[in-house]
Order: sequence, then C-alpha cells, then structure tokens
Amino acid sequence: MMKVETSRAVLTGKHFLSGDYACAEGAVAAGCRFFAGYPITPATEIAERMARRLPEVGGVYIQMEDELGSIAAVIGASYAGVKAMTATSGPGFSLMQENIGLAVMTETPLVIVDIMRGGPSTGQPTKPGQQDMMQAKWGSHGDYEIIALAPSSVQEMFDLTIECFNLSERFRVPVFLMADEIVAHMWERVIIPEPEKIQIVNRKKPNVSPADYLPFKPDEDLVPPMACFGEGYRVHVTGLTHDERGYPQTDSPEIQEQLVRRLCDKIRKNADKIVRVKEFMLEDAEVAVITYGIPARAAVSAVKKAREEGIKAGLLRLITVWPFPERQIAELATRIKGIVVPELNYGQIVREVERAAKGTPVHFIPKFGEALHTPMEILDGIRRMK
Amino acid sequence: MSESESLVLHPFAKYLRLDRFPPIWCAGCGCGIIVNCFVRAVDELGLDIDKMVVVSGIGCMGRIAGYLNMDSFHTTHGRPIAVATGIKLANPELQVAVISGDGDLFAIGGNHFIHAARRNIDMLVICSNNFNYGMTGGQVGPTTPLEAFTTTTPYGNIEHPFNLVHLAAASGAVYVARWTALHVRRLTESIKKALQKKGFKFIEVISPCPTLYGRYNKMGDPIQIMKWYKETSEIKHGIDPTEAEISSSRIVVGEFVDIEKPAYDELIRKLILNVQEKLGGSQNES
Repeated sequence: MMKVETSRAVLTGKHFLSGDYACAEGAVAAGCRFFAGYPITPATEIAERMARRLPEVGGVYIQMEDELGSIAAVIGASYAGVKAMTATSGPGFSLMQENIGLAVMTETPLVIVDIMRGGPSTGQPTKPGQQDMMQAKWGSHGDYEIIALAPSSVQEMFDLTIECFNLSERFRVPVFLMADEIVAHMWERVIIPEPEKIQIVNRKKPNVSPADYLPFKPDEDLVPPMACFGEGYRVHVTGLTHDERGYPQTDSPEIQEQLVRRLCDKIRKNADKIVRVKEFMLEDAEVAVITYGIPARAAVSAVKKAREEGIKAGLLRLITVWPFPERQIAELATRIKGIVVPELNYGQIVREVERAAKGTPVHFIPKFGEALHTPMEILDGIRRMK
Repeated sequence: MSESESLVLHPFAKYLRLDRFPPIWCAGCGCGIIVNCFVRAVDELGLDIDKMVVVSGIGCMGRIAGYLNMDSFHTTHGRPIAVATGIKLANPELQVAVISGDGDLFAIGGNHFIHAARRNIDMLVICSNNFNYGMTGGQVGPTTPLEAFTTTTPYGNIEHPFNLVHLAAASGAVYVARWTALHVRRLTESIKKALQKKGFKFIEVISPCPTLYGRYNKMGDPIQIMKWYKETSEIKHGIDPTEAEISSSRIVVGEFVDIEKPAYDELIRKLILNVQEKLGGSQNES
C-alpha cells in the first residue's frame, strides 16, 4: 500500500457525523486499507464513505457482485497483508456465514460491520433491529468463537470500529461490529483524537526463518504469528482441518480436537482481556437493566427515573457481547433481586443472561419494528422486578 | 535420504510440497498433468515463486493449492476467484493464479467468474473441465454434455452445458484458450503466454476423469480418453468462441482471444494517484 500522511487518515477534531460515516472514519483511522462490499440498507453509507476515503489514503475500495464475494475478497486482502473490512445488514450477513467459518478456520483478521434491521428475510430494511445477535455467534457451521461489539452511539461507531480491528489483529479472528439502523443513521458529535492517541494493534509476524516457520503453531497466547502472501514463507492456507504446517489432516481425530479447542480457547481463555462492559449506578443496585446497543440509551433514563421513585436500579451495558460477559453477569446476579433485559428482538441475548444469572429472576422486554423502547417501558420492567 | 535417492528427485521437485505426496488424484486423472504444465511454465519463465499465489476452490482440482510449494489458498467452494481478487488488489505485486474445476468455477462460483472477467482483474484462471463432479462421486455439472450419464443423470443429461471459452470471451477476458490434457506442450506455452499478460486470462483444459465420468460413459480407460482427444481435437486459433464446439466427434481447441485492455489494479492505482494529487498537501489538517 502507498505511504500516506497519518493526518489524512485520521481526521482529528470535532465532527458531526452519522454512525455509518463514523464507522468508516474509525476503519480508516485503524489502518483499514481494503473494503469490499455490496450495497444494502442500512449499511450502504459505510461503503459510500469508504469509496471516497480509501483512495485518499492509498487504499482500495471494490464493490463486489454479492456478499459472498465481499467477504471472500476481504479474506484474500487480509492474507495479502492489508487490514480489510466489509459492511452489511442481515441478508448480506446471512450470505457471509460460510466464509466467516473460513476466516475462523484460517485465522484471518478481518472486520464485519452488521447494521441490523428487521428480519427474517427482507423484513424491514429501513427499521432497526437486534435480530442477528445469535447469528453472529452461531451462524456458520462447526464449533467456533468470534468477537462481537455493540455500539450505542455515533462516537462508539468510531471508537469500537478501531477496537474491532485491534481485536481481530490481536487474536486473528473475525470481529463483528453489531450495530443497528438507528445508531447507523443517527447524527451526533464525534471527537476524533490525534493519531498518536489512537492505540493501533497489528498482527504478530513470525520472527523465524521460512524454513523454521510453522504457520499454525501458536504462541503461549494460543495465537500463531502470521506470515502473509508474498513474504517468502510459502504458506498453505486451507479451510480443511490442518496441522501446524497448515497441511490438511482430514482423518485425524486428535488434530481435529486440538485445532477446534485452540480456535475456541484463544477467545475463551482470553475473555477477561477482551470483554468490556459499562456500569451505571450499579454499586448499590437491587434491580439491574442488562442491555447493549441502542436500547441502553433509553435504559439510562429509565434507571434515573427509577431512582427518583426510590428504586435502587442500575445498568450493565454490554460493549462486548461475544465472548459473552458471563463472569460479570454471574457476579452481579448474586447481589441483586432481579434483572430487566430490553432487546430489539424476540429473545436472543436474554437467554444468555438467564444462563449466566443462574436463577436470579429475569424480565424480558422484546421490541419489534420502528419503535425503540421508551424509558417508561423499561421503567415499568424495573418496577416489576423491585 | 541416501545419495541415490536424492539423484532421482524431479527437476520440478522444488515447486512441490513433496512431503504431501502422493496426491489424492486417481490414476489417469488430468489434475497431475495440469500441475506439471503449470510448474513447467513457471520454471521456464523463471518467475519468482515467492511472489506467486495459487488459489483454488473445492473439488479434485482444488487440491492443487496444497501440493504446490508456494503461497497458496484452498478456499471455500466457488469462491477462489473472489478471494484471489482481494489478494491481487491488496498486493498488486503478486502474480495470482486460480486453478480449479468446472463445478467450482462455473456452477457455485459462476458469478465471481463473469464479474472478475468483466472487471479485468489481473489473474490467470485455469479450469480443469472433466464434465462432472469428481470429488463427490461423479454428479452432473454445468459442463456435462447433453445425454451424458452421471450418478445424478442416470437417464441421460437433459441440461445444456456451458461453452466455457464463449462465456469467458463474452464476459471480457483478455486471453482465452482451450486445450486438452493431451496437448501438454501447447498448454504449457499457453500458460506461459497468459502468465506474461496483464488482465483476466482464462485457459480451459479438457481433462480426463476415467474413474467416474469415463466409466459412466463407456470410456473408463485413460488411454481410450487420450485417444479420443487425439482423434477428435482440432486446433482453430482465433475462431469465434461460439463455434468452439465440444462433441463426441469434435473438440475445438486453440487460442480464441488475445486482446489488450487496462486491468483493474492498474486503473485503481491511477485513480488513487489522481485523488491524492488533487488533495495535495493542503488537505492534511481538515
């Protein structure tokens, strides 16, 4: 890629941006220099901004023939040594699932932004939803772990996109930014820091000669250093079960178990380093709202109103949804009377909350279609659980 | 390894991952011939194999990526061209070749083929066309001739096959050729020519599958298939690809397209330079 002055990549200063634009700026600031996508509401503006911005910083934008091609091209670009991303919504995310498995299996760092809308199928393309949360975790076949973050503001569309890239490079895993139509289309103030104040993580490179390099031999953190194409390491990459040399081993139960365990454990065993949650008024809380993404905005008002009524309420906002913040929720559940979970779906993350809360009562508030949860609706849930 | 053993190493051994041999391919299969012609072309051109990437999909021919001692990606079914697109555009210094089968490239992956050709992505695509799905046991595919028998056309095929060279030419490929697995010297020369040319290049290789397609169509003997290629193939350079027929009595081979057109990576580099020139240095603090 061409050398570029960082000031052109990082637009330091105060901006008024949509969530989709902020996401694109976050990607460019994180060092993303390849975007392959396919137009889809409500994620299209990310592609539009990337088409304009990437050439400015020496990067490549390509509009592919479909989402199958988009994710495949992103995998190829990442293996050619360039940070790469695609952005889509539910229908496109569904089409990407098979190659998400390829990215997991080949330990390809990449970022997928899913601006969730109403489903199933074509559903409500211009309306918000949080209906792909389980698909993000389980959409591809086989046992695997990924990382997914949930922004609830335009600022977080910028910040968390950078974090997605850092996590994907650190753990060699696809990372998803699971946003919704409102966060994507909402305009808010965004502060873009100076380049030197933005933490950037790059993938580990091998420090041995090609003759001694085993492409899928992990370090102690379970992540193998990554040689890219053209660097002289002559790497063979396959979606088949493979040994540390990268060679297919389709008959060995031991190698299958060893590989699948490592692919999962590099995320599970590093969960404490990955997981981020945000607490609000939880210190003395008796009722906790647990949510993520845009419903957290209404939940803040609901918690404040509950406090005015004398109910000791608090909020646990999940910034990381996958790996699931089990430990944090389990600990919280031991000291509260009840949990309220608002989601823009008919029951996805609430099941994980119930599992982690181990018996602490959980009240679920589903929501479909155009309307967001109002603070009063969440407050009503808090009142029930006090 | 004893001295006598090291003496018998094939001159192309350096291009192969010998610790993975023997390959999975059946006796009489054309895949090994394609490997041979490809590495011979690379060798004769003296290409820097550290700057080459071979991308394949799923199927018998898809296994080639794992046998070559160079950067290689064995992708998902149908997606090698899309993965190769990302590789090429992210690092234009790399020489990218996609080598895969007819089912992978033209059934499940057909959309990527026509669009990569239309965009003129700089890559060489070699298709091993054996008229059926070999890896899964000999099912009908997009190139299976009418009336042919496969495990899923037990009463004869009623689907019209693609003419791959016509499809490639119509989609915009800058170089289009067809050979059979018998034409090893011409195929090697064709690969050499294509590797030296910029843009989307396509070479179809009519390739024997004696184990499945052959047995189901009374041609289970590899020698018999090679004789069929010898007796019926006809070299017709430069003819309209629509006339490049494949039938039991005639296989038209040759080079059908050889044109010049700017490749995608050249155009995007130019676009980037133009954008950056317009921005100059003054845009930096916005």
